[in-house]
Amino acid sequence: MNVQIILFIVLATVAAISSVVMITRKNAVISAVFLVLNFFALAGLYLLLNAQFIAVVQVIVYAGAIMVLFLFVLMLLNTETEHKLFVDKRAIKFFAILISFFVFVQVAYLIFHGSPSRTLTPDEAASVKAGTIQAIGQQLYTNYIIPFEVAGFLLLAATVGALVLAKKKFE
Amino acid sequence: MSSIPMEYYLILSAFMFCVGVAGVLIRRNAIVVFMCIELMLNSANLTLVTFSSYLGNSIGQVFVFFVMTVAAAEAAVGLAVIIAIFRNKKTVNIDEINIFKW
Amino acid sequence: MINLIYLTTLLPLLGFLINGLFGRKIKNEKVIGLIGSGTIGVSFLIVLGAFIQTLGLPVEERSNTVNLFSWLNVGGLQIKFAYLVDQLSLTMSLIVTGVGFLIHVYSIGYMHGDKGFWRFFSYLNLFIFAMMNLVLGDNFVVLFLGWEGVGLCSYLLIGFWYDRKFEKGTTSQAAKKAFVVNRIGDFGFLLGMFLIFMTFDSLNFKEVFARAATFPVAESTFGLIALFLFIGATGKSAQIPLFVWLPDAMAGPTPVSALIHAATMVTAGVYMVSRASIIFVSAPAIMTVVAVVGLLTALMAATIGLVQNDIKKVLAYSTVSQLGYMFLAAGVGAFSASIFHVMTHAFFKALLFLGAGSVIHGMHDEQNIQKYGGLKKYMPKTFLTFFIATLAISGVPGLSGFFSKDEILWSAYANGGFVFWLVGAITAMITAFYMFRLVSLTFYGKERFDHHNVHPHESPALMTVPLMILAVLSIIGGYIGLPKVFFGEHGNLFEGWLEPIYAPAMNKLALYGEHTHLEEILLMTVSVAAALSAIFFALHVYRKNPQIAENVSNRFKGFYNLLLNKYFVDEAYETAVVQPIQKGSEKFLWKIFDVKFIDGMVNGVASIVEKSSGVIRKIQTGVAQSYALIMMAGIALVLLWLILSL
Repeated sequence: MNVQIILFIVLATVAAISSVVMITRKNAVISAVFLVLNFFALAGLYLLLNAQFIAVVQVIVYAGAIMVLFLFVLMLLNTETEHKLFVDKRAIKFFAILISFFVFVQVAYLIFHGSPSRTLTPDEAASVKAGTIQAIGQQLYTNYIIPFEVAGFLLLAATVGALVLAKKKFE
Repeated sequence: MSSIPMEYYLILSAFMFCVGVAGVLIRRNAIVVFMCIELMLNSANLTLVTFSSYLGNSIGQVFVFFVMTVAAAEAAVGLAVIIAIFRNKKTVNIDEINIFKW
Repeated sequence: MINLIYLTTLLPLLGFLINGLFGRKIKNEKVIGLIGSGTIGVSFLIVLGAFIQTLGLPVEERSNTVNLFSWLNVGGLQIKFAYLVDQLSLTMSLIVTGVGFLIHVYSIGYMHGDKGFWRFFSYLNLFIFAMMNLVLGDNFVVLFLGWEGVGLCSYLLIGFWYDRKFEKGTTSQAAKKAFVVNRIGDFGFLLGMFLIFMTFDSLNFKEVFARAATFPVAESTFGLIALFLFIGATGKSAQIPLFVWLPDAMAGPTPVSALIHAATMVTAGVYMVSRASIIFVSAPAIMTVVAVVGLLTALMAATIGLVQNDIKKVLAYSTVSQLGYMFLAAGVGAFSASIFHVMTHAFFKALLFLGAGSVIHGMHDEQNIQKYGGLKKYMPKTFLTFFIATLAISGVPGLSGFFSKDEILWSAYANGGFVFWLVGAITAMITAFYMFRLVSLTFYGKERFDHHNVHPHESPALMTVPLMILAVLSIIGGYIGLPKVFFGEHGNLFEGWLEPIYAPAMNKLALYGEHTHLEEILLMTVSVAAALSAIFFALHVYRKNPQIAENVSNRFKGFYNLLLNKYFVDEAYETAVVQPIQKGSEKFLWKIFDVKFIDGMVNGVASIVEKSSGVIRKIQTGVAQSYALIMMAGIALVLLWLILSL
C-alpha cells in the first residue's frame, strides 16, 4: 500500500460520507457545510489525478465563491429546518431512494463491464502535463476561444439576470 | 495515480451522482435541492477529470472549466429565482411551489 | 451587365417595398411615380446592356447563368436561385421592362388623383419583380415563383378598385374568378413539375432539357408532362377551356389590362411552352393539341369580339384570340414565330389598351363604344396611335403585326396543313373586321355621347408620349423578322437570334417540307387581301351605313345572341361546375359532412380528451420533484434496456 492508495481511500470515504450526510441533515446550513467538505475532498482527488489547476479552481470557485453564495442566501432567508423529512409521503421517498440506488447499481455494473482500466495504459508524464495551467490555457485560448468568449458572455448575462430577479420590485 | 484503477474514481463519481439524485428527489428545501444539483455536477466533473488524466489529454479539464462557469451562472440565477419566489410565497418548500401545472 | 441582371428584379422589389411601406406617408404623386417608373427604367437599361453584351458574344457563349444563392437543399433536390440569361429570356425581359416602363409612365397620368395611387405603383412594381423572375429563372422552381407571383399581382390589380361595381358583381369577384381559374392551371403546371423531377431527377432547365434529348423516356411520359405544362399555360394565357377569366380581368385599371393582361403576364404560358420546347416536340400528340386549342381559341374569341360593345372587352377577346395564334405557332413547331408574335403583340396590344385608356379617360370613364363616335377631332394623338395599332393587329403589310402573323400562318400551312391556315386566315379577317368596327364606332361617325355631361379631351403628355413610342415600335418592330421568302435566311434576324434555343427541339422535329416560294407568296396575298377587304367592309358598314349592321344582327338574331353572350361559356361553367359545387357544398359538405361527421368527430375527440384528462391530470401535481422522479424512473429503464442489450 503506497501513499496514493491511502490518500485515495481517505478522500473517497470523506467525499462519499459527506455527500450522504449532506442530504440527510434537516438543517440546511449543516448540509451546506458538508457540501463544502465534499468539495474539498474532491479537490484532493483532483490533485491525486494530477489535475492541479482544476483542484485549485475547485477550491476557489466552488468551495469559495458558490458555497458562500449559498450560505448567504440561507442566512438571508433564514428558513425553518425541515422537521418532517421522512414523515409524510414516505412511499414516494422510499421509491426515490430505491430508484437512485437502482441507477447506481446499473451504472456500477456498466463501469465494471466496460472496465476502462484494461483498455487504457496511463502515462504519468502526459497526465501531469495535461493538468498544468499551461496546457489548459493553451487549449482555452486556441481551440476553445469561442466557447470561452461565450462563457464570459453567459456570466455577464447571469449577473444581469440575477440582479434583475433579486431586485425588490419589478418596475 | 497509476496504482489506482480508474474504476474506483468512476464508482465514486456514480455514487455521488446517485446521492445527489436522491437528494433532489427527497429534499423539500429548494436551496438544498440546489446544492444537490451542484453535487451532481461535481460528480460529473470528477468523471471528466478522471478520463482526462488517464488519457493524458487536457480537453476534459477544459470542459470541467466550462462546467464550473455554467454552474456559477446557474447558482447566481437560481438563487435569485429562489429569492424572488420566497418574496412572493414566503416559503422555499418545493411542495408548496406547485406552479408547474395548468 | 449580365452579372448585374439580378438588379432587374431587385430594383422593382425595392420600389415595391418603398412605395408599399411608405407610399401612404409620401403622398406626393410625383415622388411615388418617379420611384415606381424609375426602378423599371433602370432595370430596362440593365437588360438592354446585358442584351448588347450578349450580342457581342459568339453564339455558343450567349447562354449565361447568374448564380445568386442556394435556395433549397433537401436531399436529392437542389434548387439554386439563379437566373438564366440567354436569347429567349433577354427577349422577354426587354419586352417586360421596356413595355412595362412605358406603361408605368403612362400610369402616372392615368392614375392621377386616385386615392390608391401609391398602392397601384407598389403592385405594379411587385408585378414586374415577379414577371422578371418568371422569365429569368434558371429552373422550374424560380419560374414557378414568378408564375404564382404574377398571378397574385394580377389578382390584386384586377380588384384594385375593390369598391367599384363591375357588370353584375364587384371587381373583387372578377379578381377572385381570375385567381381561382388561374389556380386550376397552376395545379396542372405543378403536376408537370413533379413529373419532370420524377423523370429527369432535376428541375434545372439546362439539365432537364439536356436529359430530355438523351434519356430513354417513353413518349407517353413526355405526353403527360407536356399536357400538364400546357394546362398550366392555358390557365395563365387564357386558352380554352380556362380563358373565361381574362374578359373579366378588365375590371382592373386600364394600364393593368395593358401591362398584365395583354403584353406580359398572359404571354407567360407561351414563354413556358417555348422554353420547354424540347419536351413538347417529344410529344407530337400534345403538339397537335396545343395547335388545335390555340386555333379554336383564336377563332372563338375573335367571333365573340365581333359583337362586344365595351371597348375593353373587345380588346380582351382580341388578346385571347392573339394568344391563340401564339399557341398555334408553338403547336406547329414555330416557336420563334410565337415569341416574335409575343413581342409585336406586346407593342400593338399595349398601345391599343393604353389608347383605350386614353379614350376612357377623356370620356369620363364611359366604356361603351355605342356611346362614343366622332372622337377623332377631340383626340388626334390618341386616334393616330390607336389607328396605327389597329392597322398592325389587322395584319396590314408594312407594320409589325403583318410580319409575325404571316410567319405564323405560313408555319401553320407548312407544318400543320391547309385547314390550319384557312381557319387562321379567317380569324385574321375577323380580327381586322372587329378592330375596324371598334375604330369606326369610336373615332368616326356621329357623336353619340351627351354633350352636356361629357367633354372629350386629349390626355396629358405623360399619357400620349408612351402612346407615340409604342406606335413607333408597332410600326418598326416587325422589321427584325422579315419573311424569308423575300429576304432570304438573313432577313429574319429574330429567328436567327433565337435559333440556338430551339436547335435541340428542331433537330427532333423534322420541319418544313417541300413548299415552293410561289405557294407562300400566294397564301400571303390571299390573307392580306382578305384582311384588307374586311377592313374596307367594316369601314363601309360602321362609318357610313350603320343600319346594315343592325339588319344583319336582326336577321341572325340567334347567332348574334350566342356571340353577345360569349357562347354562354360562363353560364355553362356556372351550371356545370360552380353551382353543383356550391349546392353540393351547402347541402352535403356543410349540412351533413361538416356538421354531422367532422363536428361529430371533433367533438367526440374533445370529449374523449376531456374525460381521459380528468383521470390523467392527477399525475400532474405541479411539483417539480415528482416530475424529476418520473424522469429518473425513465432513466433507470433506459439504462436497464442498455444493459440487457449488451
